[in-house]
Order: sequence, then C-alpha cells, then structure tokens
Amino acid sequence: MEIGLRLAVSLAQIAAVMGIVMLTVMVLTLAERKVLGWMQDRMGPMEVGPYGILQPIADGLKLFFKEDIIPSGANKFLFTLAPILALVPAMIGFAVIPFGPSMTIEMFGMQIKPFVISDINIGILYILAFASIGAYGIILGGWASNSKYSLLGGLRSAAQVISYELNVGLAIVGVILLSGSLSLVKITEAQAGGFWHWFILSMPFPQIFAFVVYVISAVAETNRVPFDLPEAESELVAGFFTEYSGMRFAFFFIAEYANMILVSCVAAALFLGGWNAPYPGTILAYIGLEHIAWMENVVWFAVKVYCFLFLFFWLRATLPRLRYDQLMRFGWKVMLPIALGNIVLTAIAAYFFPR
Amino acid sequence: MDHIFFFYFAGVIAVTSLLVVALRNPVYSALALLIMFFHVAGLYVTLHAEFLAAVQIVVYAGAILVLYLFVVMLLNVKTEERYHDQLPVAGLLGVMLSTEVILLLIQSRTAAPASAVPVDTVIAPGNTELIGEVLYSTYLFPFEVASLLLLVAMIGAIILAKKDIGEGAQ
Repeated sequence: MEIGLRLAVSLAQIAAVMGIVMLTVMVLTLAERKVLGWMQDRMGPMEVGPYGILQPIADGLKLFFKEDIIPSGANKFLFTLAPILALVPAMIGFAVIPFGPSMTIEMFGMQIKPFVISDINIGILYILAFASIGAYGIILGGWASNSKYSLLGGLRSAAQVISYELNVGLAIVGVILLSGSLSLVKITEAQAGGFWHWFILSMPFPQIFAFVVYVISAVAETNRVPFDLPEAESELVAGFFTEYSGMRFAFFFIAEYANMILVSCVAAALFLGGWNAPYPGTILAYIGLEHIAWMENVVWFAVKVYCFLFLFFWLRATLPRLRYDQLMRFGWKVMLPIALGNIVLTAIAAYFFPR
Repeated sequence: MDHIFFFYFAGVIAVTSLLVVALRNPVYSALALLIMFFHVAGLYVTLHAEFLAAVQIVVYAGAILVLYLFVVMLLNVKTEERYHDQLPVAGLLGVMLSTEVILLLIQSRTAAPASAVPVDTVIAPGNTELIGEVLYSTYLFPFEVASLLLLVAMIGAIILAKKDIGEGAQ
C-alpha cells in the first residue's frame, strides 16, 4: 500500500514533468521559426491558426502519418534502437532538476517534494552521465543507416560530443567547489538571497568564465549552430539522420530540443540561481501571500530557462558554422585551458575565503 | 530484495561480458559492453556508492566506449574473423584460470572480512566527500602515482601522433 502510493505519486510527478517538457518542445519549434523569421525580417509561419500558433501540431501530425522508411542495407535493429537511445537520455535528466523551492507537502501521510522528482546526492553527475549516453543514439543512427553522409555525421558527432562534454564537466567543477555539493537542490539553495549570490557573480570567485565555457560547450553538445557539424546540410545533406523519416526522425528532433531545455535548466540551476529571485526572498511573501510564494520562484526559473533558450535561437540567426578543425582546436586549445584555469583559481579562492 | 537485485545485475554482467567476446559484429560487442557498464553501475548503487556508479557511466560508457565505437566505425570492420583460430590457446588458458578460481574458492572457507568502515558512516556525509578525503589522505601516494602514469601515457600518445614534433625546431 505504502509503496504503491509512493509509486503512484512518483509516476504522477514524472508524467507532469514529461508533459511540461514535451509542451515546451512544441513551443520551441514554433518559437525558433518565429524568432529566426523576425531576426531576418520575415513573418515566420503564418498559415496554420492565428499567427501560425498551431504550426507545431500540424508538424506533429505530418511526421506521425509519414511513411517510415528503413533503407536497404541498413542494420534494422540498430536503426530502430538509435532514435530511442537518443530520446531517453534527453528526457531522463529532468528527474533531478529542481523547478521550484525545496519545500515538502504532506499528502496521504507522506512527505512529497513537489518541484523535484528525485533529489539524489549526485544530481549533476547523473545528468552528465546520461547526457553522454545520448551520443550513442547519434553514432549508432549514423552507422546503422548504411549511408556515407550519415556515417560521417555520426563520426563527427562522436568526436565533438566527447571533446565538449569534457569542457562542460570541467566548467561546473568551480560551482561544485563553491557550493560543496553535487545535488542540484543544494546548489540552488546555496545561491539564495539576491543576484549577487548567484554563482555567476558570487564572491570569493565569480564563475563568469566557467559560465561562458559552459554556454559554448552546451551549444556544441546539443549540436546547434554554430557547432552543428554533425548535421551540416551544405556538406552532409542532414548528417546522422539523413535516412530517417516519420516518427523516428521526430524522435531525433524532440531529443535535440529536449537536450536544449535540459542544458538550459542546468545552466539556470548552476549559475543563475535556479528558482531564486534576483532579490532576497519573494515579493509575494513580503505582501503576506507566503503560501503561493512558490509561484514566483517557478516563474523566475522559467524566465531564466527561456532567456537561455532564446540565446540558442539568437546564436543560430547570427553566427556562421565553424569548420571542423576550427571546432576541435577551439574546444581543446581554448575552452579546456580556460576551464582548467578556472578550477585552479576557484580552488585557491575557496581555500582562502571559505564561504 | 537486495539478493534479487544482486543476482539480476550479476547475471546480466556475466552474460553480456560473454557476449562482448562471442559476438561476431564488433558494434554489437560494443553495445553488449555498454549494457554491462550500466549493470556494473547498478551494482554500485545497491552498495550505496552512487558517486562510483555515476563516474563509471561518465568515464567508461560516456567516453571510452564512444572512442571504441569511433574506431570500429572508422575501420568499418563488418565481422572480425582474424582471431577465431586462437581457440586452442584460449581454451587452455581458460581451463587453467578456472581451475585456479575453483581451487581458491574451495580453500578460502573463512567469511569475507567485514568492511573497515560501517556502512552508516559512509552514507551520512555523502560518499563523494569521503572518497575525496580518503583519496587525498590515506591513498595519496597511489593516487599521485596513477596520475603520473596517466600523464606519461598522454605524452606518449602525443609523441606517437605528432610525427613532425622535432622538425619545427630545426
């Protein structure tokens, strides 16, 4: 009984988070085309629904009813497995993201944390671990398609993901040093009390360099412009998913957007204070509405995540694609030394000025 | 409950380890290895070593195995036949090793030594902190030696890869 109830509550939380993530993916597909359109002085999609707001539903229906083609000579098993391997790790990381204040509510005689599915003590490592598994979907999809464009895309992505994952991991070490915990809930709580306590600005050593390294590496890890070498359409048709169609293509597509949301959530939680408002406390608590103060926190988290997502679109509209050797040189010879130097300086600062 | 999890993880680890060497297609071998890494990580979780579990996946599944796959695809080996005439030698070694293991199992009747630290003290402050402390105090020397070995290996790899390393100076 007890365990069944707990399972039901957990499943409800998972369903809610998955629903929100899928909804955000839908919003993002439209938002990206609209933002790109406005930046290039176009209207973006306008046909389906008022101002084109039903475009994601039309796209989804189209992909759902398209014929599912498996190319001849493709490895059927891996070809089917690859989209799932890409999508599952992208969704699974949301389990440890705190979307709102870490309060507990009593329900059916149990303690429930409503804004985080599972507060495990290695939260950030858990996300890194599953982010690295996402690369398998891309690599195996490229290999199983039996097409040289797909294979080249898959190989490029393998090298790129390994190179930039290292930088992501090293960039967040500074934050872990300052907060003294790997749990995203504890890291966020350590940044309470105004924007000058956020780790991007906080004393003893602001993590501004780490943040820049993280942002650039996150863009590279999600295969977005200007680092979208694995799917460079001018060279590789569509890269690793050239041969995919219908729902399998949609899986890769959703995985890319879910990954974008995930890295944005991590950036918000690690560097930008998570659900903390940029001023101490919350306005709703000041005016006596403490029981709904969590709304303000959740809104702040959403604002930060959406600002970060907007940055992705902005970069796509602005920057040209890098050449492959430039990408590798940039990752290993520029980003890596900066991230390592940041760790050394943060460690020295944290030793002399313990928080 | 613990025993069910242990036998599940141990069984899958044993089967997938066999598959890694038995499968003809190297990509399938790599996939079997991936499943094995995950179950080893699961075994760590049942032992309350979450940090090790995460590191196991980050390092082995996330980096090393991706490099293996990279090489397999680059060479584009469909099926590997070169090593299949090693059966007599491998069989002889296998028989020797398994007799050794069985002999050791028969002779060691004593119970496994209890863990030096009780489980509760490891869980209380989080095992990440404890691993860090132990690595930089009790096991500082082995840790530094391992780092040095890795550094040497890295320099060796760079020298092997960069053939024109001395030519720029001339």
